[in-house]
Amino acid sequence: MTTANVTRSIDARGMPCPGPLMSLIGAIREGQVGDVIEVLSSDQGSRTDIPAWVNKAGHELVEVAEEEGFARFIIKKVR
Amino acid sequence: MDGQTLSLVLFSGTDDRLNAASVLTAGAAAMGRKVNIFLQYWALDAFRADRIRNDHGVAPEGDAEVVRRHRGQHWSEIFRQAKEIGEVGIHACSLSMEMLELKVEDLDPLVDDQEGVASFFMEVDGPVSFI
Repeated sequence: MTTANVTRSIDARGMPCPGPLMSLIGAIREGQVGDVIEVLSSDQGSRTDIPAWVNKAGHELVEVAEEEGFARFIIKKVR
Repeated sequence: MDGQTLSLVLFSGTDDRLNAASVLTAGAAAMGRKVNIFLQYWALDAFRADRIRNDHGVAPEGDAEVVRRHRGQHWSEIFRQAKEIGEVGIHACSLSMEMLELKVEDLDPLVDDQEGVASFFMEVDGPVSFI
């Protein structure tokens, strides 16, 4: 998965818990099946919450990459 | 909706406790839980439309400076997001409404309605947390 495939990018860096997750949920709800959403988050809670929610909601966590001071999550809307 | 309802009674009207309650509500709503909230006393007062964004202070053991320094979203915004993504009912205690001399139209639109305590328990299916 490269950034070229990303449909929508959310820069939630600096936003505390549960802001990044809530932004992701909003983007998933507004999006179409097949959309690929990127979330950048510096919130530690996102590291457990985003994978937990993606799994629970039945979407696909394509990638989690650790960057300098934040994490990059790539999520595919599958339903 | 999956699993047990998160039932919260909010009593304190300080920003730290209301923020903690809003975060719990958002998390539960995100994970598909129904949330049932009953507002009493000072928590209800904090939901007045004309004062919701005021500084409501912090709990006696808290440090107001720490809370103010934290660049988070306001708790009312977190409750609003939780209501958008899940099934979250926010009900005003009719006894507290009477005590504070409030009408439903005095409250922020986040509050769905006012009800008696027995109506709140109609939707309780497990433990109740009092904050």
